[in-house]
Amino acid sequence: MSTSTYLPRSSAARAKKRGSGDAERPHKWGNPITYLVALLFIAACIAPVLYIVVGGFRTNAQISTSPAGLPHPWVFSNYTNVLSSSTFWGEFGNSLVVALACTVGVVVLGLMVSFVLARYDFKLKGAMYSLFAAGLMFPMVIAITPLYIVIKDLGLIDNLAGIIIPEIAFGLPTTIIILVPFLRAIPKELEEAASLDGTSRIGFFVRMVLPLSLPGVATVGILTFIGSWNNYVLPLYILNSQANYTLPLGVQQFSSQYSEDTAKVLAFTSLAMLPALIFFSIFQKRIVGGLTGAVKG
Amino acid sequence: MSNSLGTDTVSDRQSQGTVRGEGASAPSPRPRVAARRRGRARMRLEITVLSAPAILMFVAFVIFPVILAAYYGFYRWHGYGPATDWVGLNNYKLIFTDPAFQQVLWHNGVILVLSLVIQGPVAIILALLLNQKIRGRSVIRVLIFVPYVISEVIVGTGWSLMLQQNGAVNDLLSHIGLGSLQKDWLADPKLAIWTLMAIISWKYIGFAVILMLAGLQSIPDELFEAAALDGASYWQVQRRITVPLLGPTIRIWGLLSIIGSLQLFDLVYIIWGEYVSGTAGTSTMAIYMVQQGRDAGNYGYGSAVAVVMFLISMVIALIYQRLVLRRDLKGAVTEGAS
Repeated sequence: MSTSTYLPRSSAARAKKRGSGDAERPHKWGNPITYLVALLFIAACIAPVLYIVVGGFRTNAQISTSPAGLPHPWVFSNYTNVLSSSTFWGEFGNSLVVALACTVGVVVLGLMVSFVLARYDFKLKGAMYSLFAAGLMFPMVIAITPLYIVIKDLGLIDNLAGIIIPEIAFGLPTTIIILVPFLRAIPKELEEAASLDGTSRIGFFVRMVLPLSLPGVATVGILTFIGSWNNYVLPLYILNSQANYTLPLGVQQFSSQYSEDTAKVLAFTSLAMLPALIFFSIFQKRIVGGLTGAVKG
Repeated sequence: MSNSLGTDTVSDRQSQGTVRGEGASAPSPRPRVAARRRGRARMRLEITVLSAPAILMFVAFVIFPVILAAYYGFYRWHGYGPATDWVGLNNYKLIFTDPAFQQVLWHNGVILVLSLVIQGPVAIILALLLNQKIRGRSVIRVLIFVPYVISEVIVGTGWSLMLQQNGAVNDLLSHIGLGSLQKDWLADPKLAIWTLMAIISWKYIGFAVILMLAGLQSIPDELFEAAALDGASYWQVQRRITVPLLGPTIRIWGLLSIIGSLQLFDLVYIIWGEYVSGTAGTSTMAIYMVQQGRDAGNYGYGSAVAVVMFLISMVIALIYQRLVLRRDLKGAVTEGAS
């Protein structure tokens, strides 16, 4: 990992480089085998998801006579049923609140402590980094039994805060592992230049580090949001009443409640995964945009 | 005001470079020392303010529960009131002599090794392919991450519907003339673990590719240009330059994959459930913990299983760190990757 990672390069230099690269390259489209492999891989990734989505447009009779077939005719009632149910929207809202709160918490706390670990020199630094790195070995599943006891003692059982707080704590190690190298890669010269210009370390943090670490922050934020949106084991232990369920619990409950109604389960499942997918595809572009300065051909 | 204080450590590094503000206007050593001391204090304050919230949160909700588990692991305790029934190491003795635990331990080991062996090479090759200048690259990237973005519950629900004996996979096989390959994918004990591996690979390879791509972004262009000038072919460049420089990313991914394999729970719990997973040969340590602990109401025993899982993870992770990650954690980021 070099220091010249994601610093914006002058557009002139970039244009020049791109020009010469294209001239050397015989095929502008690249290798057809690359496309073939990419296409096969995408098909493998997407087909099962499409099956779930498309299956929601079929009837149970269609599904049982031809499990792998296409809808004939297309039926919309499964989706409209789910979309008009208050259960779905309640669980959707809970998931959204939890995921947003976690993302904000993890990014803010993680960025602060990563900045300290990356750019300050002090005695306990190594110990602090090891503490968080050790956190990678404490995945939530392992700690779930005692965590449940702690949350119970805090009186946060069946409360969304009882999910948000532990998820932030467990999100920190990954965040720090990802962000520290990002922050460390910002050249010392920049910090020295900033300090010569009279900027304090905190000022440097706000004005230089935050914008430069945006790609790292985006990565961490996306991972946290998705991790929280998808978390199953913690809500399984903490949440009791359906009014507080997040979507993963809702999907599981719905699929056992309507186990005979496969089409409806597929519709509910598709709608439950949609928000994370949308969120991801929006911010994915932003990451790619943020990294274009460093992307090579 | 803030400028003279903030520059303190920088001026330290510049070995007595001119300190601005007070330092510059007063060249006598005394005020300079005072300024530096005040700078230290301020630095300490910054460190404390910036890191305390994360540390407190982390210790209270990650470290403390694990310590608590170590404590309850010595008791027979059903989750209510204080634990009083001290049983010493009895819980641990029971765990290690229980054939069911040895079985889940073996399953976790198989999953761990197969995950590394299957996902690692495939992810590296895919990341190299997708890092090229090809059309629609950003769309491709979004699409391959879709399985990772979807929750385990949804993946589990979907796959268990598709893999039923009269499900879509078998139906598809008979449609394309491979009816002889129809199998009982989920219940056949010889097959189920491979079905699980296929689902795991499908689900998590996007994450591996995301990491590898991020690692590829940080390799400077100049290296490729230099190699190209020397007449190196595309694959030579990848093998000699890219993959070695990707080393830190690959090694970190390996650690994450190992930890993930050791704590696998959701997928198995959703697809097989705690009882069927036992007969199908896919149950994991975490399933065992939930089954024997929470669902049986034995929170003491469950805590002991948690401690065992934690110790196993820690030993493996420490060995991995010693053997594989040592270079990365020793400031390799600033000193160059290889």
